Amino acid sequence: MIDEPSTEIECVVNGESIRARVPFRQSLVDFLRHGLGLTGSHVGCEHGICGACHVVVDGRVVRGCLMLAVQVHGRMVSTIENSQPHRFVKALQESFYQRAALQCGFCTPGMILQAAELLQRNLAPTRGEIRDALSGNYCRCTGYQAIVDAVETAAQTLRLQEGETAVADIGHLRDDNQTSLHS
Amino acid sequence: MKPVVFQYRNPKTLSEALALLSEYRDDVAVLSGGQSLMPMLNLRVAQPAMLVDINLVNGLDAIRCDDDGVSIGGRTRHNDVLRSAAVAKNLPLLTQAMTHVAHEAIRNRGTLGGSLALADPAAELPACTVCLGGKIVAASVDGERRIDASDFFLDMYTTALDAHEVIVRVEFPRFDPNWRFAFDEVARRHGDFAVAGLAMAMRCEDGIVVDARIAFTGVEPMPRRLSDVEACFIGSRLDEPDNRIRARTALCDTLSPIDSGEFPPAYRVHVAGELLERLAAQLANANSG
Amino acid sequence: MKGELHAAFLRSPHAHATFRIADTTRASAVAGVVRILTAEDIDVVCTPWTCVLQNAPDLKSPVQRPLARGRVAFQGETVALVVARSRAAAEDALEHIEIEWQDLPATASLKTAATDRSIRAHPDMADNICWTFEHRAGDPDKAFAEAAAVVSETLTFIRSTGVPLEPRGILASYDPAINGLSVHVSHQMPHQLQLHLAELLGMSPLDVRVVCSDVGGGFGIKMHIYPEEVAVCAASKILGRPVKFIADRIESLLSDVHAREHIVEAKMALDSRGRIIAIAVDDIQGLGAYSVYPRSSTAEAMSALRAVGGPYRFDNYHAKLRSVLQNRVMTGQYRSVGHPVAAAVTETLVDKAARLRGEDPLEFRRRNFLPLDAMPWISPMGARMIDLSHHACLDRLIDLVDYRNLRSQIAARREQGCVVGFGVASFVEFTATGAEAYGRANVPVSSLDGVVLTLEPTGEVRASCSAAEIGQGIQQGLAQIIADALGIAPEKVRVMVGDTAISPHGGGAWSSRGASITGEAAWRAGRALRDGMLSVAAKMLQTSPESLTMRDGRIVNVASGTDHMGLDELARTSLFQPFNLPAGTQAQLTVAQTWGREADPFLPTNGIQASLVEIDRSSGLVRLLRHWVVEDCGRLINPLLVDEQIRGGVVQGIGEALYEACRYNDDGQFTSGTLADYLVPMAADMPDITIAHVETPYSGSLLGAKGAGESGTCGAPAAVLNAVNDALSPFHEGPAITTLPVSPVEVLRVLGILPEGAA
Repeated sequence: MIDEPSTEIECVVNGESIRARVPFRQSLVDFLRHGLGLTGSHVGCEHGICGACHVVVDGRVVRGCLMLAVQVHGRMVSTIENSQPHRFVKALQESFYQRAALQCGFCTPGMILQAAELLQRNLAPTRGEIRDALSGNYCRCTGYQAIVDAVETAAQTLRLQEGETAVADIGHLRDDNQTSLHS
Repeated sequence: MKPVVFQYRNPKTLSEALALLSEYRDDVAVLSGGQSLMPMLNLRVAQPAMLVDINLVNGLDAIRCDDDGVSIGGRTRHNDVLRSAAVAKNLPLLTQAMTHVAHEAIRNRGTLGGSLALADPAAELPACTVCLGGKIVAASVDGERRIDASDFFLDMYTTALDAHEVIVRVEFPRFDPNWRFAFDEVARRHGDFAVAGLAMAMRCEDGIVVDARIAFTGVEPMPRRLSDVEACFIGSRLDEPDNRIRARTALCDTLSPIDSGEFPPAYRVHVAGELLERLAAQLANANSG
Repeated sequence: MKGELHAAFLRSPHAHATFRIADTTRASAVAGVVRILTAEDIDVVCTPWTCVLQNAPDLKSPVQRPLARGRVAFQGETVALVVARSRAAAEDALEHIEIEWQDLPATASLKTAATDRSIRAHPDMADNICWTFEHRAGDPDKAFAEAAAVVSETLTFIRSTGVPLEPRGILASYDPAINGLSVHVSHQMPHQLQLHLAELLGMSPLDVRVVCSDVGGGFGIKMHIYPEEVAVCAASKILGRPVKFIADRIESLLSDVHAREHIVEAKMALDSRGRIIAIAVDDIQGLGAYSVYPRSSTAEAMSALRAVGGPYRFDNYHAKLRSVLQNRVMTGQYRSVGHPVAAAVTETLVDKAARLRGEDPLEFRRRNFLPLDAMPWISPMGARMIDLSHHACLDRLIDLVDYRNLRSQIAARREQGCVVGFGVASFVEFTATGAEAYGRANVPVSSLDGVVLTLEPTGEVRASCSAAEIGQGIQQGLAQIIADALGIAPEKVRVMVGDTAISPHGGGAWSSRGASITGEAAWRAGRALRDGMLSVAAKMLQTSPESLTMRDGRIVNVASGTDHMGLDELARTSLFQPFNLPAGTQAQLTVAQTWGREADPFLPTNGIQASLVEIDRSSGLVRLLRHWVVEDCGRLINPLLVDEQIRGGVVQGIGEALYEACRYNDDGQFTSGTLADYLVPMAADMPDITIAHVETPYSGSLLGAKGAGESGTCGAPAAVLNAVNDALSPFHEGPAITTLPVSPVEVLRVLGILPEGAA
């Protein structure tokens, strides 16, 4: 251990009680990755722009590079590795896989956690709303379209699970061959 | 990159926090939302000896409505402001502007006080606060003081806030139903800082503008009320197109645009003028009838 | 890894300077620091390198080292390495290294660097020219002199960079007990890296293992030999401890290989019937401080020159190249390598020519496309055009976009005062580069790939392949190919890639070669295993191998359909009860195939893309309304994965067209050093992309697959640029915008909204 200003924290990570000693200056994502071996959250920029580091703290998606580890003392943290994932996360994992909405996979955990938060707020988002909600998650591989498709599909699945009919979905169908100056 | 070593405290009360700020005032930073401070720490652009984390201090994130207006706690998260029914009802300008502020995950942590204290020249909330005539309430070991938004933003990244002070709340006045608000900005990509953004408020009686408040972001080093431009609207009909043209001319005369990055001053002035005409027309249409 | 240490680099803050490391004692005393290494330390265990092409002996690139010695030639060049117990501690130490810098004049603009000898990127060189190249085919001078019309344009491409979301990273672990180096690295070519590390560190490749697993995007950025990675391996060797280096985003943007810095003066000669009779290009390439190792940055420019004029039939060509050294980081291969530049140049000229003749740009293209009956045809640069489908792709595109209807909608919108445009880009992209390209240069790049298949007792197959997985889905593709070849379900094939210890030497991931090269080897290996096992089964069943086939893991009689046995039963018999087979059978459950294409050093593919844009008058910003792609990449192994590769590539190309630029100030300082400055496309600004395919299999292989992964990037910048210029055509004679990325300020000038020189 390095001798630098640090402190003991206690928190709950993915349902498990954790006690650890963390340097003050260690970021949350570095703590999760190096302290706890939870490497599902990724580091892409360390200045809060790319979204690869997203985790959930007390129910809200945050950039793991923009919080300090010490700040989750007494808090509940959930990462993509959570073995009891929210059913929205599960639905998204399935739809991402089916739609090939991931290629290298580096952005995927952050993307899924952000999409899950969107769906918790709005279970029938338009494609535009999906793109807006994910506008802070950088992906270099997919060009985003498959991701938007996958979120739409997950939303539909979840709506059906909640007992709504498919009638509401007709408005969201898109016709690729219909050329219009308005996308 | 990793931050330089710092000392850290997370006081549970405001007085503790203020005492720490006073003690370390020469080399301290306040950690509120952290969405601007953390990148600066990570890049080693900021190297405070002491970090005072105010996230455990009670009472800093309340949104309160009363007869005098709406007060928003300094540590209120952007998404809480965005989704607040009270804000939507009383200060719809903030609700509109908030959709342009960064992205979801940043809005979950970023705070109003943090944004105002940073005073990024292209941020949305300083311009809105100036437009709305908010009063920034700063607390320190010396007590509380209220600073008018028009006196708060001194230059790029420079405010009237002292190093040992913290923004505890922002008090916005009450706006009667005759007020209309509009915010829009032009940004390189969705969620980016504004190339130019406009916070506009007009009060009309029988279609005549009786009060106007106009403040830009992204065009000058800091936001300010543009009284010459406002004057072009006051006293005549909001839907009078000539006013918009006169206002645009006054705008070009009054602006001292910054020169940075990809965009020369003339570009920012042009975009500002386009926003001015467009939002004035938008308010006129909303107000018609 | 247990005991791993962390590395951070001291990098030059100057574009060009001499330096002296005065003292490292204070830095060494920082808590957590284990060792500070300079060039003197590294040079003991590691040799420097120079980019040398045997078939380009006049290529001049200076010696390059893991850590610079005495002089740095670009901002970000590494001069010292701190190894510490944490990355944070290593960074703490950097600030305490006492180093004296002496600024030297740094090259400025590319144009100036090309001609001005007074400021040289390397003072001991006579000028800044790394290499020149000139090629004539036919009689271009005569063709231009006799042309009915000539259109010309100069296009400027500002540097961009790949920005894979996972930055470069390496964990090198040298074990002195066995003289063995084990490297885990985010890289595209495990075997290439293994070979070079061994050579540079004076080791045998047998003692160097390189593992590239779970690479978070490569795009060509991770195919080069970087000083940092070599330095970290050297550090591990010196310390006998594992050393990890993860580039942060700041140093990635600064020191990753950049790409596509060109100024191209181009012209096109037409005859009176509107046929292209000649093309001439004069290309100045911004190469950077060193020609990238080992493949040379000049390969990017050559790729562009080869692709100019791509889909068109023309006989006269004049290409000139100056590859210019600069005090900037190296440029080199990056997704679609040079092709986007060629496509933008060609297609801008084509649109200009069509406009000059007052005709529809699609009809101009149709007239000039290389027709089916002319193929195979040798292009003016000596590439064989074969199995291409320009006309079919054009027809498909016209259908897809509903062209006539679209044009009337655009006209209607323009009547309303909107600034709307539609642009098209057709192209040939050369893929799956063969041996000639680097072999003739004596650069040890493998254009072959190998596959080793092993049949397990369960009837499942383990495959070790020399491909590399960087997100493009090659593992999935290979599993499908092997399964099809053998006659079993894809879930029963496990493909392992990216580890020099388990797969034969091969090429890794570059040039979109996975399906067409490794795939071909995989197909042949699968067939060989199938034939071998059917032979054994035939012996068991006392019948002929031809009478049997494999269907879904079962050995069945072709004529009667009788199910004889499962492949698992056959495998178990071969392994555990060989006495049930005729004497001397010796069933071979492991089969290996290496394959490389002998014909066509550059395997051509073709496509056409279209972009519909609207320009916002108030800001000059370009809004992308739609984007379409019709791509012919031969036989599609996995259409879903191919389409997603194309989409990702298109968006990368859009980035180049509208957002991405590596900028420098007048002092040569890099000003695009964070993701707030270097703008990459994000979800809210991107369009949906419609894709269709024409499938013309490659006639030179069994599979018929061609490269697809880079095609989106190939044509997208050209299509978007043409759309922007189409939108601005009512306001400007000729292409209004000739610099990428498109500048909103420039757009407003063209629209007459901002005056010229408004800066």
